[in-house]
Amino acid sequence: MSRLAVSDLSVVLDRRTVLSGIGLDVGGGGWLAVIGANGAGKSTLLRALAGVLPCAGEVLVDDVPVRRLRPRDRARLLAYAPQSPALPVDMTVFDYALLGRTPYIPYLGREGRRDREVTASVLERLDLSSFATRRLGHLSGGERQRVVLARALTQQAPVLLLDEPTTALDLGHQQQVLELVDRLRLADGLTVVTTLHDLSLAGQYADSMMLLSGGRVAASGIPAEVLTGELIGEHFEARVRVATGPGGRPEVHLERP
Amino acid sequence: MTDLPRSSGVPGGGTAGQAARLSPAVTAAAVALLLASMLAGLLVGAADIAPRSVLIQLLDWLPFVSADSGLAPVELSLLTEIRLPRVLLAAIVGGLLAVAGAGYQGVFRNPLADPYLLGAAAGAGLTTTAAIVFSKGDGEAIGIPAAAFVGAVGGVLLAYALGNAAGRGGGTATLVLAGVAVTSFLTAIQTFLQQLRVEELQRIYAWILGNVGGGWGQVTLVAPYAIVSVTVMLLHGRLLDVLSVGDDEAVTLGLNAARVRLVVLFAASLATAAAVAVSGLIGFVGIVVPHVVRRLTGSSYRVVLPISLIGGAAFLVLADLIARTVLAPAELPIGVVTAFFGAPFFVAVLRMTRRVET
Repeated sequence: MSRLAVSDLSVVLDRRTVLSGIGLDVGGGGWLAVIGANGAGKSTLLRALAGVLPCAGEVLVDDVPVRRLRPRDRARLLAYAPQSPALPVDMTVFDYALLGRTPYIPYLGREGRRDREVTASVLERLDLSSFATRRLGHLSGGERQRVVLARALTQQAPVLLLDEPTTALDLGHQQQVLELVDRLRLADGLTVVTTLHDLSLAGQYADSMMLLSGGRVAASGIPAEVLTGELIGEHFEARVRVATGPGGRPEVHLERP
Repeated sequence: MTDLPRSSGVPGGGTAGQAARLSPAVTAAAVALLLASMLAGLLVGAADIAPRSVLIQLLDWLPFVSADSGLAPVELSLLTEIRLPRVLLAAIVGGLLAVAGAGYQGVFRNPLADPYLLGAAAGAGLTTTAAIVFSKGDGEAIGIPAAAFVGAVGGVLLAYALGNAAGRGGGTATLVLAGVAVTSFLTAIQTFLQQLRVEELQRIYAWILGNVGGGWGQVTLVAPYAIVSVTVMLLHGRLLDVLSVGDDEAVTLGLNAARVRLVVLFAASLATAAAVAVSGLIGFVGIVVPHVVRRLTGSSYRVVLPISLIGGAAFLVLADLIARTVLAPAELPIGVVTAFFGAPFFVAVLRMTRRVET
């Protein structure tokens, strides 16, 4: 199990500071949900951690400073699934999941037996074996989300960064995807960081939360500490009632003004 | 903990779902098509040589086979000095243009990218014309490929920069429009240059309209560039597939996307430049061939690149065959033939792409 520790991370885009002073610490096998209003910097944070955006500060996976790693080595530690992944419509599900093996395949080489085995086994775990030859353009929203997850899993990285994994999914499929992530996390000891816009969902699955506001950490801690009516009211400009659900996890309900 | 494949019952090798690999059957079919078209190219020509004698002569050239074709010395030299290099040059140029088109399409993630539309060909045309116009002697044989390369790369970079400036992430249409603008602009300068030296006009025009009748000299001239550029591009097929998810995601998969792009871009431009330098401007091969290949075999660049190479070679050999027979004994410029078949095809591709996008 790998611990993800970030300190004093900042991102400057077009001379505008988008994130600053971000610190977080997720223990091995933990699940951190990053929440915040639109434009708070949630996706930027994940993209910076994944190495897509240049950033300052320190990002450690098990005390290894990942910012100084080559992309290949970083990709073996951090797997990233973007909010709206580019899905080449006529690539097959198998070939797409196989892309996750890129950090293990020599630059001009080709995938080996082991890469195909890992890919086949991931597809099997995600109930996608029967879809292996299906083209990405012919998948439903829920199936696509699972395929993107499959690609991230074939990277065999100990840390999984998922940007809004439930976007555009209906209620049932949201639940299925998050249950799946939770199952994989428990089984493999994956450390998971997700952004989630649905606060109740975030509160149900994550074991720690971080509230971003204006590019800074406004609050962090266990869900019950972050999901309070006061904080949500202040940073989302929303009127909510927070109830305590089963297991002591907070539930957020919108209230009409 | 990162040892994922613990679940049971996974067949070794996991062949399930691997649709996107070069299969022997597809390769064999493409090679057969190429050989058939080359054979046709050798058998048919302006001079009246009995096809049967040509066939026997071809057999005679095979190792360990000896046969008497009964060809007269003149006929024999016609075959070896005119038809054979012509067919070979057509095959090389066609293969280069098609594989370059496929490469550009991978680099720009754009099905409409093409050496002709991107300004590469026009750039090479401009610098080559300049080389012809400003070179005093006939030592230009060495200067032309270099000039063509500079022009090809310059044209593509100009179109790309213009496309980016015009609309960030504008995608398919913006890049093509920028390419059209760059092409018109470079062609205008090129026309200006050629008018400076009217006495070279015929030579320049013959070159612009395209022909593959340059003989063995041109074949040996283009061969080294062809080998290098094609090898580089074929080696990057898998990486172009990774790039198809976009630069950002490719980076998170551990790929240096910018480097792959740059290497393939240069290889494709080298291929275009080499083809343009020996054959002039021959349009539409780079867009028509990769598209047909995609329709038939899927869009993985591991398949599209090699099959486009072979298919492009066959296509241009056949186009040349039409060019020199349809008006025999006069010859049609080969660029006219490829445009005649390519332009309507291009419109059809545009229509299909639009239907998929909406």
